[in-house]
Amino acid sequence: MPVVNKKKDSPIQDPSSGFMEPFLLHLADNALILGHRNSEWTGHGPILEQDIAISNIALDLIGQARNFYQYAAKKINEYPDRVVNSKTVTEDSLAFLRDAWDFKNCLLVEQTNGDWAKTILRQFFFSLYQSFLFEGLQLSADKQVAAISEKAAKEVAYHLKWSSEWVIRLGDGTEESHNRMINAIDELSKFTEELFIPASYELEAAKHGVGIDLTLIQPRWKEKMEAVFEEATLPTQKLKEKLWQGLFGKEGRHTEQLGYILAEMQFMQRAYPDSEW
Amino acid sequence: MSSNDWPLWEVFIRSKQGLDHKHAGSLHAADAQMAIENARDVYTRRMEGVSIWVVESKNIHASNPSEGPSLYDPANDKIYRHPTFYKLPEELKNM
Amino acid sequence: MAEEHLERIFQDKIDEEIRIEPKDWMPDAYRKTLIRQMSQHAHSEIVGMLPEGNWITRAPSLRRKATLIAKVQDEAGHGLYLYSAAETLGITREEMIAQLHSGKAKYSSIFNYPTLTWADIGAIGWLVDGAAIMNQVPLCRASYGPYARAMIRICKEESFHQRQGFEILLTLSRGSEAQKRMCQDAINRWWWPAVMMFGPSDESSPHTAQSMQWRIKRFTNDELRQKFIDVCAEQCTILGMTIPDAELKWNPEKNHYDFGPINWEEFWNVVNGHGPCNKERLDARIKADAEGAWVRQAAFEYANKKKEKEQRKVA
Repeated sequence: MPVVNKKKDSPIQDPSSGFMEPFLLHLADNALILGHRNSEWTGHGPILEQDIAISNIALDLIGQARNFYQYAAKKINEYPDRVVNSKTVTEDSLAFLRDAWDFKNCLLVEQTNGDWAKTILRQFFFSLYQSFLFEGLQLSADKQVAAISEKAAKEVAYHLKWSSEWVIRLGDGTEESHNRMINAIDELSKFTEELFIPASYELEAAKHGVGIDLTLIQPRWKEKMEAVFEEATLPTQKLKEKLWQGLFGKEGRHTEQLGYILAEMQFMQRAYPDSEW
Repeated sequence: MSSNDWPLWEVFIRSKQGLDHKHAGSLHAADAQMAIENARDVYTRRMEGVSIWVVESKNIHASNPSEGPSLYDPANDKIYRHPTFYKLPEELKNM
Repeated sequence: MAEEHLERIFQDKIDEEIRIEPKDWMPDAYRKTLIRQMSQHAHSEIVGMLPEGNWITRAPSLRRKATLIAKVQDEAGHGLYLYSAAETLGITREEMIAQLHSGKAKYSSIFNYPTLTWADIGAIGWLVDGAAIMNQVPLCRASYGPYARAMIRICKEESFHQRQGFEILLTLSRGSEAQKRMCQDAINRWWWPAVMMFGPSDESSPHTAQSMQWRIKRFTNDELRQKFIDVCAEQCTILGMTIPDAELKWNPEKNHYDFGPINWEEFWNVVNGHGPCNKERLDARIKADAEGAWVRQAAFEYANKKKEKEQRKVA
């Protein structure tokens, strides 16, 4: 896999030795970017009750991101040579001062909200993935990863229930909602394969008992997904479309969407560097 | 009102194991499952509950307030139902 | 029973601080006033999500991002409590929302002002929520039971909002020159609109006397406004910022702060739809509602389908 270029003055040097930092950042970035996307709905949801529901999920995800960033920051700060200009790394420097090529989130989570169908399907695909992921990571050899995952697993169980029910409701609701779900499948299914293709740091993490073997959860994910789709009267054969092979979010090769998210999200920290907020 | 509006549900929350469910408020939901989930998101954002009941508002039958006197006044003079009716010495504690 | 008699029983109850409940007899005008006030209040919460929601995706730290989402989400909750309470008076949420979208129902004018910098989020918390709390605390004792209960819940949750806002400003006031400038600029822009939030002065407030008699209002607009100004004048010194009113001065005889004249022309302009963001705010609400229509319909139809299926199973 080609190595992504790093800027020399990037505040966080890529810890090329050791899988821990990229692994934690990957988990954090996933949660942050999807949380950010979901929070775009706050104030604009299809009905008040669901506005509150999607905001809750956004909050859970941002909470997960903070836990993983804080742990990553702690790890990075343990190596003084990684700390540039004697600035300690924080959850905020990790979230707000890296560029897109340093972000290790999956492509799925950075995709635009689209309509409620697309948002729901994105959440369902990802929560289903996270449910198996955190089930495994609760047993991680790294105690902190295990603890964060245990808390996150409870949240994800609810996200999965909520999004599954919505997939079924929309798939089996009206003709319009069904068609919108089909469109969402067309747009998003190609991003699901990446979830199960391990990045180098994930392979290392699995080898050391910190991470999990993603190939093991893929069939379980597929089985559950198909069961929900069946109840939703949605076709499963649609999920075969391939992704452009140059893309691999986990290694920093993103779609155009991420840049726009970061431009907005990081604006304050970039415009007013080194400030307390 | 269009015919597609989600019905109104009344929400009852048990705040702590061992306590009664108490009316918390109401909300709109398409079905009971969604009503419970909405109730969780709306009424227990600050860990206010351990158990939720929902019932469609139209299924609640209420007493008529003008019958209030006949329903509740009779209990007014049954003060012996209340613990303070019984005069006991001050020294007696924890009763 | 004669209307006159019912009306006397009703007013007696109110005078004795006995709450009116949904099925109790109440004068038509009382019901109408409540619907107007409660729906206006609910609309304010919902429209109020927009100016602050603006900054969720740009919040400068993860902590601020999370707390801002939680706050805006609380406002959705508050709107929901209030719509539900108003529904006990025989109007549906859809009807109320339709009135908002048609312009028939009003919402608090303050939300027609733009949020231009991050400091505005702080200023809204401190000043706008501060003014709102001052208005709302007496409503926890409003004569209509469901309204009072909704307000108790709201006030309990609202207290963190003002603290959050003040903390944002405090951090800015201790920060860089740019941050201090941002802080003062936000206070400059939000002060007078916040002062106007208490509504027209007593002599030109048409509903005050009746609402006081019905105990859905406990203090006059001017009383609450004075209290707000007194409190903020003191709090502002902690920030080391200036309130943009050259006439603001402690008056030891009155035991209150004196303050300069309020620009009521601006107030009425914004109320009547000519504020800086009236159109944007309403358009955003209408758009969300319209784009949500198919979602609500799908869930509705699915629920019916499921119900029918279950009934067939039973039969």
